[in-house]
Amino acid sequence: MIRFDSVVKRYPGGRDALNRVSFEINAGEMVYLTGPSGAGKSTVLRLVALIERPTRGTVVVNGKNTARVGRMGIPGFRRDVGVVFQDHKLLPDRSVFDNVALPLLIRGLGRRETERRVRAALDQVGLLERERSAPVTLSTGEQQRVGIARAVAARPPLVIADEPTGNLDPDLSQEIMALFERFNEVGVTLLIATHDIELIERLGHRRIRLDRGGVIADSHTT
Amino acid sequence: MNRVRRYAISHAQNLVAALGRLVRQPMSSLLTVAVIGIALALPAGLRVLVNNAGNLSGSWESAVDFTVYLELTVDEQRARELAREIQARPDVLSVELISRTQALEEFRAYSGFGDALKALEENPLPHALVVRPGSDGDSATDISALAAQLDDLGETALVQLDTAWVERFRAILDIARRSVDMATVLLALAVIIVIGNTIRLEINNRRQEIEVMKLVGGSDGFVRRPFLYLGLWYGLAGGVLAWLVLLLGLTLLAGPVANLAGLYRSGFVLRGLGASEVLALLASGAVLGWLGAGLAAARHLRAIQPS
Repeated sequence: MIRFDSVVKRYPGGRDALNRVSFEINAGEMVYLTGPSGAGKSTVLRLVALIERPTRGTVVVNGKNTARVGRMGIPGFRRDVGVVFQDHKLLPDRSVFDNVALPLLIRGLGRRETERRVRAALDQVGLLERERSAPVTLSTGEQQRVGIARAVAARPPLVIADEPTGNLDPDLSQEIMALFERFNEVGVTLLIATHDIELIERLGHRRIRLDRGGVIADSHTT
Repeated sequence: MNRVRRYAISHAQNLVAALGRLVRQPMSSLLTVAVIGIALALPAGLRVLVNNAGNLSGSWESAVDFTVYLELTVDEQRARELAREIQARPDVLSVELISRTQALEEFRAYSGFGDALKALEENPLPHALVVRPGSDGDSATDISALAAQLDDLGETALVQLDTAWVERFRAILDIARRSVDMATVLLALAVIIVIGNTIRLEINNRRQEIEVMKLVGGSDGFVRRPFLYLGLWYGLAGGVLAWLVLLLGLTLLAGPVANLAGLYRSGFVLRGLGASEVLALLASGAVLGWLGAGLAAARHLRAIQPS
């Protein structure tokens, strides 16, 4: 599902965000990406979402080598990757429903199918009754759940999340992670970057630990 | 088929959504629309005026009539013969003979020198032929050639040809037309720039939305569409405003023009925009809007990438 092969990412200015990172994530896995801030977690996710391209090495996502995806191919590529952000990036001038519907709108789904999928996604995150609300009227945890609903609404095979619990208290964090587990159970591959070691150690999924741009531990291989 | 339908629906949705966006920020929209409207009304209004002037000069076709004064020795019968001969020419539409007695009558009636004429012992006026050139003799050179040939006739005393001022007027009109063309091009560019700039600001304001759309896989076309329709509405609204401005302007001018026409004993009235011209005005507004938005989108949307 995701394969990194000797990936180097160097930002202008000379700092190596990733230095020869290699790992492979199979379909159906749920993987945590951990490490201190600045370790390169976000860079890995940005390479997966094709927000950036590797300086050297190969990144393969959903069977596609990102080096072969041109500018025009990026939208299609991204439709197969659901993304959850720490700051959830909801559009403040649209209702919860319209935010979740956005990826479906982009795919040109019909109105009835869109409504069905949006309601299904909102139901899964437990916010069905808030579909007409404006995002600002929701709590931080609820906003994050809307962000997750948007990421899964179009049923992408892969969902990546960057510090999805970064702004949440432990109870809410646990709730969010449980939500991810439920999606994983129905076959969605998940890659979640987090520094909340305490929480994820209890959950017991595969963990890839990064430090200073390199993989220093992978619970899958040890 | 389904794809085409969805595509059409997406466009329709964007069309409506863009109008909604315009209406929700009435003040700033109005300012932009006003600028576009004025920029469109100026060339359209000038064009209307120039076209009216063209119609006016068209009604002066009779002004290219010229008068052939015959020698005093030519008698009336010979004058009639000459009139028939000239009438037979292919480049002559009609010839009217004004006999010397007739001419004297008219002169007496209209000149105000009636009493002075009584002092004359004999009629000083010659027979005259008023020649109207054929309809193909529209260009000034043909008319001068015809006039020269008639002047060469032995019985001709003088050919009085006064087309110079019509030619001058038409030349001035040509310059005016050309100037309006140039103004049209410049103001069309101005409209494109104004709309482009408005759309650029709009793109900046909606940077977050654009980023999110790109992140969830929105194609360039999808991301661009709302801005194109916004530009379309701006242009169209500007076109409507320009039309209203023109209607108002023509109404304000109608009185003075009727007054002037009355002084010349002419039934001339200002001709406004026809249906097809109104349509062309609105369409050019919409097209310029779309174009300006397209240029701004092409320039600025690509620069916005999710970070």
